[in-house]
Amino acid sequence: MFPRIPMLNYDVVVIGGGPAGMAASIKAKELGLKVLLLDERDYLGGILPQCIHPGFGLHYFKEELTGPEFASRLAKRLVELGVECRTSARVLEIRNYSDLEKVVIFTSPSGAYQAWTRTVIYAAGARERHAFEVGIVGDRVSGIYTAGEAQTLMDIYGILPGKEVVIVGSGDVGLIMARRFALEGAKVKAVVELMPYPGGLARNVMILRDFNIPLYLGHKVVEVRGKGRVKRVKVVKVDENLREIPGSEFWIDADTLVISAGLVPSVKKLKKVGVEIDPATGGPIVNDRLETSVPGIFAAGNSLLINDLVDYVAEQGELAAEGAKEFINNGGIESRKWIKVEKGENVRLLAPHYLSGERDVYLYLRVAKPMENVELRIPEISKRVRLPVVKPAEMLRITLRSKEIRKTEKLTVEVVRI
Amino acid sequence: MIYRFTCIVCPLGCSIEVEVEDGKIKEVRGCTCPRGEEWAVQEVTNPKRIVMSVVPVEGDALPTVSVRTAESVPKERIPELMRFLAGLKLKAPIKVGDVVAEWEGVKIVATRGA
Amino acid sequence: MKTKVAIIGAGISGASIARVLSRYENLEVHLIEKAPDVGWGVSKANTALIHGGYDDDPEKYPTRAKLCIRGNRLWHQWVKELQIAHVWNGALIVATKDEDFDELERLLERGRRNGVPEMRIIGREELFRMEPHLTKEALGALWVPIVGQIAPIPAVIALVENAVANGVKTHLETEVRDIKVENGEVKGVETNNGFIEADVVINAAGLHADEIARMAGIDYFEIHPRKGEYFLFDDTVPGPNHVLFPTPTPISKGIVVTSEVSGHLMIGPNAQDLPPEEKENFATTEEGLEKVWKGAKKLWPQLPLKSKVIRTFAGLRPEPTGGDFIIRAEKDVEGFINVAGIRSPGLTSAPAIAYEVTEIIERDLGIKLVEKEKWNPYRREITHFFMLPPEKVNEMVKGNPAYGRIICRCNNVSEGDILEAIERMKFIGVKTPSLDSIKFRTKAMTGTCQGAFCRPKIVQLLAKEYDTESWKVTLKGRGSEIGIGDVKVLIRGDA
Repeated sequence: MFPRIPMLNYDVVVIGGGPAGMAASIKAKELGLKVLLLDERDYLGGILPQCIHPGFGLHYFKEELTGPEFASRLAKRLVELGVECRTSARVLEIRNYSDLEKVVIFTSPSGAYQAWTRTVIYAAGARERHAFEVGIVGDRVSGIYTAGEAQTLMDIYGILPGKEVVIVGSGDVGLIMARRFALEGAKVKAVVELMPYPGGLARNVMILRDFNIPLYLGHKVVEVRGKGRVKRVKVVKVDENLREIPGSEFWIDADTLVISAGLVPSVKKLKKVGVEIDPATGGPIVNDRLETSVPGIFAAGNSLLINDLVDYVAEQGELAAEGAKEFINNGGIESRKWIKVEKGENVRLLAPHYLSGERDVYLYLRVAKPMENVELRIPEISKRVRLPVVKPAEMLRITLRSKEIRKTEKLTVEVVRI
Repeated sequence: MIYRFTCIVCPLGCSIEVEVEDGKIKEVRGCTCPRGEEWAVQEVTNPKRIVMSVVPVEGDALPTVSVRTAESVPKERIPELMRFLAGLKLKAPIKVGDVVAEWEGVKIVATRGA
Repeated sequence: MKTKVAIIGAGISGASIARVLSRYENLEVHLIEKAPDVGWGVSKANTALIHGGYDDDPEKYPTRAKLCIRGNRLWHQWVKELQIAHVWNGALIVATKDEDFDELERLLERGRRNGVPEMRIIGREELFRMEPHLTKEALGALWVPIVGQIAPIPAVIALVENAVANGVKTHLETEVRDIKVENGEVKGVETNNGFIEADVVINAAGLHADEIARMAGIDYFEIHPRKGEYFLFDDTVPGPNHVLFPTPTPISKGIVVTSEVSGHLMIGPNAQDLPPEEKENFATTEEGLEKVWKGAKKLWPQLPLKSKVIRTFAGLRPEPTGGDFIIRAEKDVEGFINVAGIRSPGLTSAPAIAYEVTEIIERDLGIKLVEKEKWNPYRREITHFFMLPPEKVNEMVKGNPAYGRIICRCNNVSEGDILEAIERMKFIGVKTPSLDSIKFRTKAMTGTCQGAFCRPKIVQLLAKEYDTESWKVTLKGRGSEIGIGDVKVLIRGDA
């Protein structure tokens, strides 16, 4: 039933050594738990070491740091606390042995192990959408990269992927890569955005102005031609229903196509062990301890839902660790009537999905459409929060106090114009 | 001459207009706070940016070290700075926070260790 | 004195011929291929089927009809000897209208004539037990249990490795520019890497076989490309248990729905004839893919969301004048053997084609072949972490920790697998490192993320093992390098 490989024992196994996993491990260790942190890369930090731009830690450390600096702060603390961290360690399987015990089977350069643990904190991050997923056809050539891949090549391995770049997607990652290419001397020919509005934060949209990069809103890249390498890409205009407008095509000469079409939570191993997934977030359905539908398995960070701020990611990691501690102390999270949080008007996704009402909680959510002069309302508790501007690209975090929600049966969150 | 910006100081993202006449700032419209106004004026008179990049390093597992300028740098001099960075050849060991070079009085700081 | 044999083209035909000829003591076999690695032409993109043999009309296409069923049978032994990934799951040609049964009867009859065993027509009940998710419009099917599926490029790689182990010399990145013929006899081939002497030249050049033949003064046939496009879906999407065909029409075999060998749902191909000038046109198109999608839906209505597509690709079939395989020793040019127009069922027929060529060498060229005393039919597949039980991983890690380090997370490919693949690449003479060479040997980069996570690491491994700068590593040979230089190359002005 179980492979004959060495057995290890823990209170918490944290899967993923990015900011969510590192913060979770630190908190768990501080709470006196025996922790194992696993990451498949050779180094900790997840995606942070290659995010060499500032914008990290304004809330968490009260300082504006670059990605690698944020990661190194957390790594230092892990060392201080003596947390067991294994890198180049890839989880092969999570088994739900019982509600009280899980088995995490992983492989590493020192071999394969089965880590028996009371709880699992799943912080495996997300993956990027690739060219085939967004329907780009044409020649099979080199020079097509996801934004994260181009970033790894450039800012970890010191390779310049190309010199004439077209970027698909005006989200933060795409814009940040536009700046990286431009700074290193490449020509960014265009940023092509499907929506009629840019996807990233204003401070990143400014990059287009800084480097004179044309932005095509309401357009998409549909075809790539080239021999060996990208030679040119075909761009077409779309209508309000995002359908291609015939006759609107034009070509842009380029040797590199960077796809920044969004992130998808990595949840295959969760699905395999029976965790319920929310199709809206792409991540697991969780309660206010960030516990998934399988008792003892918690989730945090981008595999829970796609975040914008690493500060929230770290916060989720800590919350999951607290949940794990509670789980271990009480032999499980206490049964109760959970308050269901429903999505109302203009709310595309939210988490956590179930609240106990016994604790203050952060609700993370994204709107479906950008709007100005709105109110976030939760009618059941007569909560109204004025917001001057909301955008799908900017996650909202609302604090709900226990005393506000304690007496309710369900909550509906909506964002409406006033 | 009217310059239009989306302010980046806070998530409000106010649409700001700065009117310039005879090389002097005549009026700043659209901000809702003094920080925004300050930023907008700076953007017009002397736009500055923090610059981050990577520099090759020898003697470590990874071939690059990420760096940033310790303070923001005038926008139009960034290509010069980039040329300076292109000439650097660093050697491990390097700690996060080490000053690996200096350009025109601006410290170049390592943000990753090697 | 050995007879020198030059095989032009290291696709499934050339590689099979090389393997079979490597048995003979008195032959010196040279396998010539213009790409950096083997199997990158027609063999690279196709439906990967080992057909039954009911499809080829023995009157119109006698060579195809003869060699298909023979090849099918030979593959049973070859996949085991060479450890090629395969599955024998059978095919269903599905009827959705009453009239379809007439065509199925015709196929059944033709199959009988060609010697295809175990075929029979089945009714709705049995059909839905076999394929519960088939379209509800299905009325019955022709069941052909002997059909199988194979991994085509790994097959070519396995054949070439076996051939090289048995003494065949490979010449990769070598393009034939001319064929030297003197007094009606073949003397050798001129290439970009010099002249290769040959007494026998076997033209297995796929899409370019007519051009090669013309170099020897033979021009009674033409090859034009016929494009077929495909979709490949994420491995979380369930596919059929068997290979599903619609009832063929006079125009085409139809769009196939299968679970290909590594378990991914695959649909395609359509058929689009292209002019001879477009032999390098492997581009997917919106129209072609649209046709494939619509066609596949007829058999498999619950195609998933387009967001579950992990790859689209196109293949080209080399359609010959007349439609049948052209396999013969040319009387006008002594020593020149054509193996041209190897379109469907080329992959299936390849082993039989190889034996046919052997017969031609003996019978038509009068060269008596002497078998080697020691010939090794076996070739071992590289280690695949994803096939190892965890206990075995621990054993292997003792020898090399690289076996415990996963590089491709979507498919669980370890660094050890990749290092073995690089060794094998070097063994058959691959000089220009490419990601495709790793992909086809290890399955890295073929999963859900399509290489976004592992490609940069694989680039580093290839750069190290081939002692080259990392940006010079290619996707698929020269002209497809990963980068243009180090990160400061443009600022320095060196690019």
